[in-house]
Amino acid sequence: MADNTNPTDERVPTVVADGVDIVYRVNGTGAGRGSATAALNRILRGKKAEKAAGVRRVHAVKNVSFVAYRGEAIGLIGTNGSGKSTLLKAVAGLLPVENGHIYTDGQPSLLGVNAALMNDLTGERNVHLGGLAMGMSRAQIKARYQEIVDFSGINDKGDFITLPMRTYSSGMAARLRFSIAAAKDHDVLLVDEALATGDRSFQKRSEERIRELRKHAGTVFLVSHSNKSIRDTCDRVLWLERGELRMDGPTEEVLREYEKFTGGPDKAARPAPKPKPAPKPEPKAKAPLPS
Amino acid sequence: MSQVLHTPPPTTSAPAAGEDDLAALAARHGLSVSGARPSLPDYVRQLWARRHFIGAFATAKLTAQYSQAKLGQVWQVMTPLLNAAVYYFIFGVLMNTKRGVEDYVPFLVTGVFVWTFTQSSIMAGTRAISGNLGLVRALHFPRAALPVSFCLQQLQQLMFSMAALVVILLAFGVPPAASWVLAVPALVLQFVFNAGVSLVMARVGSKIPDMAQLMPFLLRTWMYGSGVMFSIHHMTGPDSGLPSWVGPLLQVNPAVVYIDLMRFALIDSFGGGMLPDHVWAMAVGWALVAGIGGFIYFWKAEETYGRG
Repeated sequence: MADNTNPTDERVPTVVADGVDIVYRVNGTGAGRGSATAALNRILRGKKAEKAAGVRRVHAVKNVSFVAYRGEAIGLIGTNGSGKSTLLKAVAGLLPVENGHIYTDGQPSLLGVNAALMNDLTGERNVHLGGLAMGMSRAQIKARYQEIVDFSGINDKGDFITLPMRTYSSGMAARLRFSIAAAKDHDVLLVDEALATGDRSFQKRSEERIRELRKHAGTVFLVSHSNKSIRDTCDRVLWLERGELRMDGPTEEVLREYEKFTGGPDKAARPAPKPKPAPKPEPKAKAPLPS
Repeated sequence: MSQVLHTPPPTTSAPAAGEDDLAALAARHGLSVSGARPSLPDYVRQLWARRHFIGAFATAKLTAQYSQAKLGQVWQVMTPLLNAAVYYFIFGVLMNTKRGVEDYVPFLVTGVFVWTFTQSSIMAGTRAISGNLGLVRALHFPRAALPVSFCLQQLQQLMFSMAALVVILLAFGVPPAASWVLAVPALVLQFVFNAGVSLVMARVGSKIPDMAQLMPFLLRTWMYGSGVMFSIHHMTGPDSGLPSWVGPLLQVNPAVVYIDLMRFALIDSFGGGMLPDHVWAMAVGWALVAGIGGFIYFWKAEETYGRG
């Protein structure tokens, strides 16, 4: 928060998004348009026929610009499907942008290793596999191994770490996944609703861990539907709606507007009404540039 | 979900002065474009730094494969043996393809195992990116790690097959010989070749997922032309009635090169006279062309993998 009031030269940008557009292409959509002839037509006629032949373009993020500085914790809010996770993946460099540029300091990393883990392997092997997938060395994993297992609390109720992950309850698996993911320190850390996993005591522990990671990390981005965890962790909030950046400012200010928009405090999961056709351009939407 | 069927033209509502300023700000502080493609030497370095991940991922995939089966890892050896038995039944007993080939069972089994290595590497490579989009979209690593890792998994699988092969060889009275050592360089070269082709197919498969449907047919055609179940040397010999250039032409095929090298290394009665001319030069050549070419071809599209 302190940084926000002091836009001097000392502020070091870590992530700069410059007019970012992200578009997904989905094959074989639309009634009757996924037929073989349509597909053949698409191949023969190339891009021009893309639209006619049932390739849908989903414009997930539209012309979003912002600057994130070192030491900031930024919350990303918005109703379901408003492009939050997509934007996060683009910042991480995992999803190519259609237009615009994203500049980053170092390599931002998404908190999450779910995709690298295998359900048929034991928890123990998954800790190693997940660590290697995140780019840790074997020695680093060895050093952190006990810490990861203890933090996950998997072994609290017996020796579960040597059982295959498929035998875990969904809560246990989620806890182990978070513990593995949170074992690495990051320059720019991107967290996608990871706080909602596990039981109450584990949630508390993971919130603590996020705060700890934040101390080591330059900048933290947090996507969450829980306004409470946004309030607890973030000092600046970006509000995305239908892929557009609706508001960018201090947490309280943006959340107040957002709660008005979604109808009451912390009911973000409710289906949102159609947004007003022309969202009022926010003065704060332009990130202050160091002079 | 917000959906727009056309990409709208760049909106004019963007901060008027913002465009240049943001790029300039990023440049002033030395920020780099997120997700940009690294240079080729950097890419090789990054891939090397991830070698432990490549190895662990391959081993994990291999172990996970049979972890739900009652017999577990025994299937690693059982699967190739059963495969060889089926081919022997069809081509050796029913169709009697063995005409003139000494030690037909070792000949056939070696061919099947070595061919399977290439076939499953290429098949896995085709799906390496398109079948692992979740991983590609969640974590950062040089994407070439995936196809290479899948080829390594097939190599590990082949090691089990080779153990089974040794048992078969001894059971059919093929004596152990010093030439068995030649199997090692032959396998290394074949692995490089397989990895190269897998990298090419991984890029093609990531753009055209339909390739995964087409590949089994292409690969099967390739197999029948590669002398897995019959001897090209015998079929195209002087008394076969075929023009004399057919034999050498068929023997340029990299699959033939690697299969025959392995047969030459392991089977006593498969003498050097049955090998194609310049066989080691061809083995090295194919490995280099596919390996280096495939790697560069894959790297060229590095930043686009993950687009849905």
